Amino acid sequence: MLRSRIIPSLLLHGGDLVKTVGFDNEVYVGDPINAVRIFNEKRVDELAIFDIGVTPEATAIDFDLLQDIASQAKMPLAYGGGVRSKDEALKLVKMGFEKVSVSSAAIRQPMLLKEIALAIGSQSVAFCLDVRRAKQAGKYDVFQSRGRVRVDADLVALCKTAEQCGVGEIILNSIDRDGTMSGYDLDLAKLVRASVRCPMTVLGGAGSVEHMALLEQAVGVVGAAAGSMFVFKGKNRAVLINYARPGQS
Amino acid sequence: MIGIINYGSGNILAIQNVFRSLDVESRVVNSASELNACHRIILPGVGAYDATMEELDASGFREALEIQVKEKGKPCLGVCVGMQILGSTSEEGGVRRGLGWVKGAVKKIPDLAKEGYVGPHLPHMGWNAIAPSTQSPLFSGVDADKGFYFLHSYYFEPAEPQHIDASVEYLGFRFACAVRNENVFGVQFHPEKSHDNGILVLKNFAEYRDG
Repeated sequence: MLRSRIIPSLLLHGGDLVKTVGFDNEVYVGDPINAVRIFNEKRVDELAIFDIGVTPEATAIDFDLLQDIASQAKMPLAYGGGVRSKDEALKLVKMGFEKVSVSSAAIRQPMLLKEIALAIGSQSVAFCLDVRRAKQAGKYDVFQSRGRVRVDADLVALCKTAEQCGVGEIILNSIDRDGTMSGYDLDLAKLVRASVRCPMTVLGGAGSVEHMALLEQAVGVVGAAAGSMFVFKGKNRAVLINYARPGQS
Repeated sequence: MIGIINYGSGNILAIQNVFRSLDVESRVVNSASELNACHRIILPGVGAYDATMEELDASGFREALEIQVKEKGKPCLGVCVGMQILGSTSEEGGVRRGLGWVKGAVKKIPDLAKEGYVGPHLPHMGWNAIAPSTQSPLFSGVDADKGFYFLHSYYFEPAEPQHIDASVEYLGFRFACAVRNENVFGVQFHPEKSHDNGILVLKNFAEYRDG
């Protein structure tokens, strides 16, 4: 039977591994290559790399670092961060990334997802949405530019459009839960699970394998991604790259 | 020497890395003439069927591969889309003719999920258990329950059941995830990204001898 994917999520900024809380309070975690090597040893299901420093105005995608990562990673790899064109997506896939995640660029232009899907195959295209709970209960606001700019669009509508455009996976990133290790936003997960048929990955809030088990109970087989949980240990959040799956002691 | 055909596919390096870790000599093959020095051949593939066939046709490898694999009988392993091009046709895109080394067609995975099923549908994404054929040299020693990493919406259906080397079940449908026709093998999953099981499959391919 297909199993849920337990996915370490690594944030890059300026070539370093970093971590945030609520997309803020960035702290230095370590060297990304070192983390990849440790996750190789731990035989992780998948690895997601997000570069939060890429901006259209100033900073380009760090293809050199990504090539380095891809050449060492023994697990399926996904990359997101500033992907705005089919050519960039192709370059990433040819480098060894199994999946490319698009966010802001696809919110502005959903047809980009279709273009990329035709070039690299639907299975390799993910649509990532950064969200916060809205004032209205059960509603969510979608954001661009690392949580700074609110998008005037409905979360579910965006997801459905993306699926129509051939996206292979939806990645939900809860800004509220980011770095809190207080559990996934299960309402968010259920809302989107009921709206699309493609695979879904949830990120933001995972603090334990119990949280991951609860997520699977709520939405079925799923991608359970985690940042803080797999790079920190203990109350003082000492850096320790680690990995675990539900059902393992 | 294992030759990994380069027609622009993304998983070449990862496949090479596995062979390097096994101390098995491999090289990336950029031109048809280099195939003579290879004893076994890998057809990699990430992406779409038509795009892959287009690249293969444009690269001029097709004729050389016919000679090396069908005439000379060198073992050949198609990986992911590389398995799908072993057949004749594909529902994805569907314009280009495949290699035709294993009779069959590429089809979209049917969705037979029951009413009330909560979970993902297509693409088939993640780690899934497989059921290998007991005689298969490729799956000797593999932990079938742990399985392999899959990432696809289309599968290759061999016309002859005896060509099925392993099957997988998803959305209530069981289908071939590995095929074999004499010296031609294909696997739908990503052995280069399936940790110990994947390494074992590549090792078995590198070392098997016809019984």
